[in-house]
Amino acid sequence: MEIGEPLRLVLFLVGILSFVGLNAAYLVWVERKGAGRFQRRPGPTEVGYAGLLQPIADAIKLLSKQLIVPAGVDRTLFRAAPLLMMAPAMMSLVVIPWSESLAARNINVGLLMIFAFGSINVMAIMLGGWSSRNKYAIISAARVVSQNVAYEIPMLLVVITMIMITGTMNLNEIVRQQAGSLFHWNVFRVWVNPLMPVTFLIFFICMLAETNRAPFDMAEAESELVAGAYTEYSGMGFGVFFMAEYANILLGCALGTVLFLGGWQSPIGVWPGVFWFLLKMYLLVFTVVWIRWTFPRTQFYGLLNLSWKILIPVSLFTLILSSAMMKLF
Amino acid sequence: MKHALKEIYVGFKSLVVGMRITLEQFFKPTVTVHYPHETLKIPPRFRGHIELVRDPATGKPICYACKLCEKACPSDCITVEGAKVDGAKKRSVTQYRLDFTKCSLCGSCVEACRDGAIRFSREYNLAGLSKEDFVMDLFKRLEQEARETEPPGGGAGQAPAAAAPPAGPAAEQVEKPAPEVK
Repeated sequence: MEIGEPLRLVLFLVGILSFVGLNAAYLVWVERKGAGRFQRRPGPTEVGYAGLLQPIADAIKLLSKQLIVPAGVDRTLFRAAPLLMMAPAMMSLVVIPWSESLAARNINVGLLMIFAFGSINVMAIMLGGWSSRNKYAIISAARVVSQNVAYEIPMLLVVITMIMITGTMNLNEIVRQQAGSLFHWNVFRVWVNPLMPVTFLIFFICMLAETNRAPFDMAEAESELVAGAYTEYSGMGFGVFFMAEYANILLGCALGTVLFLGGWQSPIGVWPGVFWFLLKMYLLVFTVVWIRWTFPRTQFYGLLNLSWKILIPVSLFTLILSSAMMKLF
Repeated sequence: MKHALKEIYVGFKSLVVGMRITLEQFFKPTVTVHYPHETLKIPPRFRGHIELVRDPATGKPICYACKLCEKACPSDCITVEGAKVDGAKKRSVTQYRLDFTKCSLCGSCVEACRDGAIRFSREYNLAGLSKEDFVMDLFKRLEQEARETEPPGGGAGQAPAAAAPPAGPAAEQVEKPAPEVK
């Protein structure tokens, strides 16, 4: 069916906004339900069937709270920080191919665009922490910067490896190359690079670190830093930060699906692409929740050691290995 | 190099083991008791506040107000009043005041009682809005309980509105009843 370009864009705008909003709200529910199940308790049950209305109750609570701007803070930056965190995640979803023909914009530098916007996320937390005029928030801001600098490097090295192998930054094209059975997914293409599963693992670890998820949640280490960069935020200011965290997880998992798990490609050739894409993406999201409720928070030097001593050398090695393999074969 | 590789291998393996354990727990049934909807069965030797025991033959309390429990109580929280009813051999209790705010549940009163007229209840849902809620008359409580357990029609004239704070049958807590329909 042919529809006009402006109408298509408006539909995608509404679609992506509502998709991000609903997912951010309901991933909180998934997180709490998952946390419950991992600890062998039922999780939220009281509000609605199986606690399904819990995110709405939370949202109403947060919306009804006063938005406090502490005395002496940089007002503009303080209020802009949550938006700066939420907006890039939504922007980046523009290039994600949900199925063969379902993408808001199929641009040739999609991958580059995601990483360009992804870096704004770090700046948003840093701004939020810095402008809060709070010692915990400042410590958190400093941590976020050093953590994200440390993990951006292996992440980008992995992505460069992927770009070298696929030869394109167009996400839809990357997915198209992974057509066929399970073993055509990038994560299993060991004849291109024998370390492909390791590459995926590095990508996943870096994604956890970039989105400040446990065990890398140094930015809001509750036991040390109250709520880290979000300490001074109240009501929906905090709520937007919270939702942005889940929006970023969603984006990271979507990207992982596209780059490594064959995106909308079906491994058995049945059912539409959107189904497979969402299935793979939510499996990754579940893994993120699963990891959070399995591992305790790392110490800060452990976190930096992991990046500088293991992830960066290994990802550099895979980069060199895959370029050598491509030259030789 | 070799050491570093081994460290990575061992560390990664431990992560995988940890994740396997949590995933196993994920699929096991929950172990929590969903309190307001479910309650655990109260064990028989649970020490709630004391209560009067009814004589199964007559339906009246066994207690005849000898006041041994009052004397045995180290914290002075029991006050017993009794009266001689015409025609009865023994006195019978007319008021049994328990100040639960002072009671330490030591059980001296239960030990002192010669006829087993008092015992520990299994009441644990004790929440009140004022201190006075915990000064209770066990005799009135027993009468109320008798009225509630009577078959309908028997206590028709009685006002059910005058419910004492610790209402409800204390002894029989059903284990995990069906969740309330909302």
